[in-house]
Amino acid sequence: MITPDEVQETNAMIDRERLDVRTITMGISLLDCASHDVDMLCRNIHRKIVSVAKDLVPTGESITHQYGIPIVNKRITVTPISLVAAGACHSVDDYVAVAKALDMSAREVGVNFIGGYSALVSKSMTPAERLLIKSLPRALSQTERVCASVNVGSTKTGIDMDAVALMGRVIRAVAQATADSDSSGCTKLVVFCNAPDDNPFMAGGFHGVTEGDAVINVGVSGPGVVKTALETARGLSFDQLCETIKRTAFKITRMGQLVAQEASRRLEVPFGIIDLSLAPTPAVGDSVGEVLREMGLEQVGAPGTTAALAILNDQVKKGGIMASSYVGGLSGAFIPVSEDATMIQAATGGSLTLEKLEAMTCVCSVGLDMIPIPGDTSAESISGIIADEAAIGMVNQKTTAVRLIPVIGKGVGDTAEFGGLMGGGPILPVNERSCADFINRGGRIPAPIHSFKN
Amino acid sequence: MNKAIITVVGQDTIGIIGRVCTSLSRNSINVLDISQTIIDGFFNMMMIVDCSSCTEEFDDLVRELDALGEEIGVSIRCQREEIFTRMHRI
Repeated sequence: MITPDEVQETNAMIDRERLDVRTITMGISLLDCASHDVDMLCRNIHRKIVSVAKDLVPTGESITHQYGIPIVNKRITVTPISLVAAGACHSVDDYVAVAKALDMSAREVGVNFIGGYSALVSKSMTPAERLLIKSLPRALSQTERVCASVNVGSTKTGIDMDAVALMGRVIRAVAQATADSDSSGCTKLVVFCNAPDDNPFMAGGFHGVTEGDAVINVGVSGPGVVKTALETARGLSFDQLCETIKRTAFKITRMGQLVAQEASRRLEVPFGIIDLSLAPTPAVGDSVGEVLREMGLEQVGAPGTTAALAILNDQVKKGGIMASSYVGGLSGAFIPVSEDATMIQAATGGSLTLEKLEAMTCVCSVGLDMIPIPGDTSAESISGIIADEAAIGMVNQKTTAVRLIPVIGKGVGDTAEFGGLMGGGPILPVNERSCADFINRGGRIPAPIHSFKN
Repeated sequence: MNKAIITVVGQDTIGIIGRVCTSLSRNSINVLDISQTIIDGFFNMMMIVDCSSCTEEFDDLVRELDALGEEIGVSIRCQREEIFTRMHRI
């Protein structure tokens, strides 16, 4: 029988250490919504989302109520729109209409984000995909809940440098289109290499074409719980440090697995995966940076930071994999700068630089995430950063991503504010040497030698 | 069996257990185990209960106990047992 100490431990995690289920994300295939007519396509999309996801939010709320575990976000991912809309959309206007249909559907079912306004162009772009990418500035500035992503490379295909060059210009255009809110449109746009099909987290989530008609994926968080557990391991050796993280990750994931199975049962939608990612929020005590400090760093960015993050990421995965039969998505540790109080502090104090963050992305679960950069950063420099990050992902066979926010009208020394979960933070300097001649070559970077495994 | 865990935390006062148990029996809920301590005047109780014959929806039971807690001046939380068993038992 459960003991009072165990009950107390779980409830302390929830009450004091901010343990929560970060998101229940319902993936919905829109492939059967395709049409030649854009109005018909929008109607089909709206009808399908509203019918499949109508009970998502009330179900999430009921699970929270009955188990006492907060479920912070209820979200939806859909099939990449460039595939669904290719037959119907022949202009930017057509694509923006689809984005608005997604936005309206999301509002109607009460989810705060809908992901999948996406294009997968890791080898090359079709005209439809190019159009979707060009529609991003309008789509993201004229909708509230739509999240977009573009996969520009993979270990198998190499990197589509035409798409990388285009994304540099598009990110700048999205920043311009949302300049009145510190270019916050860019917080809803992720550029990936090796994007996973089953990521429940935003802004990069989409429902992959390999998935079924509908699926429930759950993202569990809990950096505060890991931090508190590590307080008991101060001064102990690395094996004891690793054991502590692993045990904690196991407990968190078991809880996530319960919520996922319960949501799947109630909604009569198959369970997909648990994504065990330590995902910070700007709230105090909900910080991955704080975990790194607890491991023994004076501040994030100090020598040893990459090694500490590598340990954290690996032990979280090991503990999580033992706790659930299906672990997927990104699983590991997120390091979004503007969403993590300690990372903001480190960046403000000059301890954390873009270059150190790039090194950290070699061992974390995502990439350069939520980083405000000067508003006058050139499109080529943004593309250069994307290419660097995609190269890390391609060569290391891991997911990497870039979510940069060139904050129009602001420069180094200023602070950006995106509000809510997106947080805010200081503008980080970008190396001002040009990479324009490199980016403007065109074409693609071939897949690395170790991708040929057939 | 459909078990739930009820935790009651707050300033000690006369009749906390009595009022919680009355509410449970009204809803045909059987108490399987109680452990209770008082530390520095602070009341701390955990109950394991069987809700198999509960006459109302679990959501309503949670709400009712929450309201009772407010009335007594303590925090009463009712959670399905699986959240704890999943986390602490393999």
